Amino acid sequence: MGMVQNKTILVTGGASGVGQATAILLASEGAHVVIADLADHGGAETMKLISSAGGSAEAHQLDVSDYDQMRDLIAQIAKLHGSLDGAFNNAGVAGPVARISKLGTDDWDQVIRVNLTGIFAGVKCEVEQMLLQETGGSIVNTASTCGLVGMYGQTAYNASKHGVVGITRTVALEYAKKNIRVNTVCPGFTETPMLTMRTDVDPSLSDYFDNHVPMGRKGQASEIAEAAMWLLSDRSSYVTGVALPIDGGYTAG
Amino acid sequence: MGIVQDKTIIVTGGASGIGQAASKLFATEGAQVIIVDLQEEAGNETVDQIAFTGGKAEYHSVDVTNYDQFKALVEDVAGRYGSLDGAFNNAGIEAPSSKIVRQSLEDWSKVIKVNMTGVFVCVKCEVEQMLLQKQGGSIVNTASVAGLIGVQGASTYNASKHGVIGITKTVALEYAKKKIRVNAVCPGSTDTAMLKRLTGASQEFTDYLNSVVAMGRAAKPSEIAEAVLWLLSDRSSYVTGIALPVDGGYTAA
Amino acid sequence: MVSGKTILVTGGASGIGLATAILLAEEGAHVVIADLQDEAGASAVEQINNAGGKAEYHHVDVTQYDEVNALVEDIANRYGSLDGAFNNAGIEGPGAQIVKMSLKDWDRVVDVNLTSVFICLKIEVAQMLKQQTGGSIVNTASIAGLIGMQGSSGYNAAKHGVIGLTKTVALEYAKKNIRVNAVCPGFIETPMWDRTTAGNNRLKDSLQSLVAIGRTAEPVELAQAPVWLLSDRASYVTGVALPVDGGYTAG
Repeated sequence: MGMVQNKTILVTGGASGVGQATAILLASEGAHVVIADLADHGGAETMKLISSAGGSAEAHQLDVSDYDQMRDLIAQIAKLHGSLDGAFNNAGVAGPVARISKLGTDDWDQVIRVNLTGIFAGVKCEVEQMLLQETGGSIVNTASTCGLVGMYGQTAYNASKHGVVGITRTVALEYAKKNIRVNTVCPGFTETPMLTMRTDVDPSLSDYFDNHVPMGRKGQASEIAEAAMWLLSDRSSYVTGVALPIDGGYTAG
Repeated sequence: MGIVQDKTIIVTGGASGIGQAASKLFATEGAQVIIVDLQEEAGNETVDQIAFTGGKAEYHSVDVTNYDQFKALVEDVAGRYGSLDGAFNNAGIEAPSSKIVRQSLEDWSKVIKVNMTGVFVCVKCEVEQMLLQKQGGSIVNTASVAGLIGVQGASTYNASKHGVIGITKTVALEYAKKKIRVNAVCPGSTDTAMLKRLTGASQEFTDYLNSVVAMGRAAKPSEIAEAVLWLLSDRSSYVTGIALPVDGGYTAA
Repeated sequence: MVSGKTILVTGGASGIGLATAILLAEEGAHVVIADLQDEAGASAVEQINNAGGKAEYHHVDVTQYDEVNALVEDIANRYGSLDGAFNNAGIEGPGAQIVKMSLKDWDRVVDVNLTSVFICLKIEVAQMLKQQTGGSIVNTASIAGLIGMQGSSGYNAAKHGVIGLTKTVALEYAKKNIRVNAVCPGFIETPMWDRTTAGNNRLKDSLQSLVAIGRTAEPVELAQAPVWLLSDRASYVTGVALPVDGGYTAG
């Protein structure tokens, strides 16, 4: 039996990167995955990959920062599947690399809107639904090592990710007795389109990332997915309010 | 009027490095400083230097790991001055730098004894005295950035400095309502004999250490002393149980 | 999750160690239990073997370098490698505010809870360095390794120290395929919990009310974390102190 057998789990930002890897892994461990993404094809590719491997998934287009859209999707899931057992609020944007004096207020607003307000909207709707369920549920938010420590040129991203950790810890406290757990994963430098965007512009960054990670390499999206899955599963039943770094030791030193 | 005017303050390891800078600074700010150290010559010289600038200090050769010796000192000080208002438990040693497989059990025992058990003994004696005082008191322990994060080649030192933070937080909770505050400072690289021993004569290593600090340089001992001074003074009256990094941004990243 | 791995569990005869040993065996590992409680250790092995798993018990004092060294050497000789270790052996402190805590009690708590982890890490890492396959080590710290707790200065200092060791050794060997992490249990239903609450229901209730989730954990809930960290599924996780505490440290 799979680690998340028969659970209905929402994955936002599921069309690529960590979201895609997680959706695929969850499906392979028995979950029915609801893939949501802003991208036009809305995660259709991920869904295809899952189906062709014998798993169960559906795809929707979703703007996570649109509260009404989020609420409608979750209502839909609950109606169709009976419950929402887990959610991986993973959709996020990187924002520009710029020190604060060069960081525009528009860029700031956009990063905060997607990365932080989007998480707020997601968690709020998910908790509202899970409160109606006897079985509660498990929510995992994608923060980042940037939610734990500072990173040069990343003010907006850092603020948003620290904020995600803040939401997580607080909401975890609020609903711990209601069988609802909330945790974050904090990926370090992970091989995803978000990182490739940076290293394409500046190839020397790839080496820089490798050299600054104690393990000497970047993480794979699947490695982040493993942690998200564990936190979504019943195996982590006593874990809530935690910020789990999957970073090759980056934040240990 | 100095910010620790007329306070009687013990400084262990007060004959050199951070302790010496602190002793001088506290004296400048009006305190009666009690320097505790095993380096007699340096201890007496520090007293002379303080007296020369019009400050008040005395030196005692006391082993901080010896409860009876330290207890006797505290009682003596309290007897002569009426109270012990503050203490800077700063005496500490390092182990030779090497990965754990080459760290010796002997060095382990020595470092744990001085850095951690020594702090335990001192804090115990100081709290015992301060409980007798209506006005309580303020204690600051020297931890380190190595008490917050990992540092390669310093497993023994790290364990001891993490332990100091453990003592700090716990004892802070135990006596918070008794007007006794307990905090830790966490210096990063600081220009002291300990750092010189660590870097040897290697400019390359010194440059490397500077390069990993956001500020790009080591601290002056007086900069650490300033933080301790503030924590010992009444100005930090609502601050207890914290581990304050004074590290040029080292642990921010 | 840990099929075919040889994993050492110190303090594996009871409490968290026992629950972890059982779960590791269920997940396919060969478990080597080290403890001082011979009867409980033998009983644990019997329980695991009867359920179709593989375990053995050794009487070892983890504060003694030679004893731990001999054990690890023995494991490596017989099984070819030591793939994982759960350095879990520990004792509680005497439960006293610092002015009432004796130096003797302090030394003992530090010795068993911190120095033993140093010893075990040192020996385990040396063995894993010889292996092409590296390994994964998990140390039992505690929420007391992250925050302060009244009446617990010795235990807290030691558990903070365990986290210090964890992070540093993780950094030192990250490139050698050796991962080192810590679990930070909150209040878990174990003999240690029974001893520290001494049958005092009011105390139990008041402590549980401090936990966001409102209850203690079953040992098996705690065991899930070291099992996951010991497995290859946690391949990019090192230097982490993972609270398994029902939200205690979240607030």
